[in-house]
Amino acid sequence: MATTGEEALGTEQPGPSAPVLSARDMWKSYGRVVALRGVDIDVYPGEVLGLVGDNGAGKSTLIKCISGAEYPDSGTIFLEGQEVVFHGPLAARHAGIEVVHQTLGVAPQLDITSNLYLGREVRRGGFRGSVFRMLDVRTMRRQAAEKVKSLGIATIQDITQAVETLSGGQRQAVAVARAAAFGSKVLIMDEPTAALGVRESGQVHQLIASLRDSGLPIILISHNMPALWDLANRVAILRLGRVAAILAPAESSMEEAVAIMTGAKAASHPPGTNG
Amino acid sequence: MANLPRQDQLVSDRGPEPPRAVPAGQREAHHAEALEAARHRHRWQGPLYSLQRLLHRHAALGPLLVLVLSAGVFELLHPGFLRLENISLMLQQLAVLGSLAIGQTMIMLTAGIDLSVGALMILAQMIMGELAINSGVDPVLALVIGVAFGALMGLVNGALTARVRLPPFIVTLGTLGIFTAIGLRLSGGATLFFGGSALAGSAISSSSNALLWTGTFLSIGSFTVTTGVLLMVALYIVFAYVLAWTAWGRHVYAVGDDLNAARLAGIRVRSLIASVYVVAGAIYGLAAWVQIGRVGSVSPDISSTLNLDSITAVVIGGTSLFGGRGVMIGTLFGALIVQVFNTGLELVGVNALYLPLAEGILVISAVALDHWIRAIKD
Repeated sequence: MATTGEEALGTEQPGPSAPVLSARDMWKSYGRVVALRGVDIDVYPGEVLGLVGDNGAGKSTLIKCISGAEYPDSGTIFLEGQEVVFHGPLAARHAGIEVVHQTLGVAPQLDITSNLYLGREVRRGGFRGSVFRMLDVRTMRRQAAEKVKSLGIATIQDITQAVETLSGGQRQAVAVARAAAFGSKVLIMDEPTAALGVRESGQVHQLIASLRDSGLPIILISHNMPALWDLANRVAILRLGRVAAILAPAESSMEEAVAIMTGAKAASHPPGTNG
Repeated sequence: MANLPRQDQLVSDRGPEPPRAVPAGQREAHHAEALEAARHRHRWQGPLYSLQRLLHRHAALGPLLVLVLSAGVFELLHPGFLRLENISLMLQQLAVLGSLAIGQTMIMLTAGIDLSVGALMILAQMIMGELAINSGVDPVLALVIGVAFGALMGLVNGALTARVRLPPFIVTLGTLGIFTAIGLRLSGGATLFFGGSALAGSAISSSSNALLWTGTFLSIGSFTVTTGVLLMVALYIVFAYVLAWTAWGRHVYAVGDDLNAARLAGIRVRSLIASVYVVAGAIYGLAAWVQIGRVGSVSPDISSTLNLDSITAVVIGGTSLFGGRGVMIGTLFGALIVQVFNTGLELVGVNALYLPLAEGILVISAVALDHWIRAIKD
């Protein structure tokens, strides 16, 4: 099963259906613990790729390797067909791979605009910007309002509100907006609703759906199987550091996925054949 | 099959509780109404909620109210308290502490604390005095070296905090002792006078010595300030601007607010924290200049309460000890409040023991208020 990466590589062709992000034969071990044993993953434009697996299956490690937080022992990553190597999360981010973490990655006391632009503030033109390093607060606020509106986060009305005055779902929406707003190519969401209540999770799921429909490819890690079955086009099941199966929610049941995940059932489809 | 995830894990949210410490049951109840409630909340939450929101939005408002109120009370108790002469005097007495509190504010915004602030200021002025008085270095050069030395020692604090990752409380507790000891060793505990003696020092006009320039008096009618006061005000304006209008300022808040979020946003948090201590150190160097101008000599025996007083002023000024919240103008109000109590209690003729008591109550009230404001919900 671990050798199917070769086949998948062969099927890689340029064109509209070419994957935006591909990881090939990813290996990673921590001391004697092998977390990834040759994982292959493709993400296509406009799809949500679900990523599930039991604890220790290698989900987090895979995501860390793709997003530059960890360096894989071996394996290659292709972004839009180009081989890329990331030395740190910032490099991955600059290349267009954004990660939304389960812990709310926003500064609670800063307002929404400051959070959206944190680390990429816009300065004013002229000497006020170059000499006095003055921020262009007005432009940032206007663009932030537009971005929030275009993402359909209707419940956010005041862009100058401190994030801590927002509900958990709205806060996560701000984190998602920040990740999606700046020309990112792939959005990775690591259990974005794990810290949220049922209703707030629903808000975030809606946001994911609208992002998917706008064409942004998303890798979604979640333990919330019903939500995954709702949102994902394909679900990759990791088990013991390998892709055990890739299922299409339209054709497979959640029970099947759980069975494969836990090893109770061997995968009926070989991985890489898209269900 | 033993590893099969439990049903509740599959269908509902799991993982750690959200940052706010609200019981789960209450949380669910809250979420059930959250959407509808958010739009109308301010209407039926009552005046207390409005006040909380107001104070949350404007961190300097609380300190300003306390300042106006306390100044008014002392004016009632001692008519003439708010005469221009007295205000002038208070500002002059405030200049050193007020300048130090600027650096302390920025450090506390990063969720740090600087216990060595007064000791570093004293050491910086000992260096300036030693160079200018005993070594015959040009006063301007001595000043520049002194300020640079402050920045360098700030870098020591910053590097130990940000790179070695020691708690700033411990780092600056250590450097408090180190700076104090070096300062005393350098001077042998003696005060240095310009021109060799206390009398000669007073004869030297401040225009002939750059180190004494901050003691120059400027009068508009009966309102008299020193250039040291103006320097302090200028520092407040500069750093209020820097905090509010530059990316560096935003990053200072972000780092103190949520270190991880700041790192994830791509801010080089370690360098940023170190840079804050460096800037603060340079400000302490400038405060040393204000101090020299004010007393006209260089002495290691300056009240050692400056270290804690600067923290008091910053906290009363509405800056949170936990970082990320506060504004520069609030610190100015905080320092003014301390000074108003200082002078006011003295003029009213209250036993000097009551000053620390009043300050203590103010500090605790300020932190309690900060806790309440931060508990805001929407």
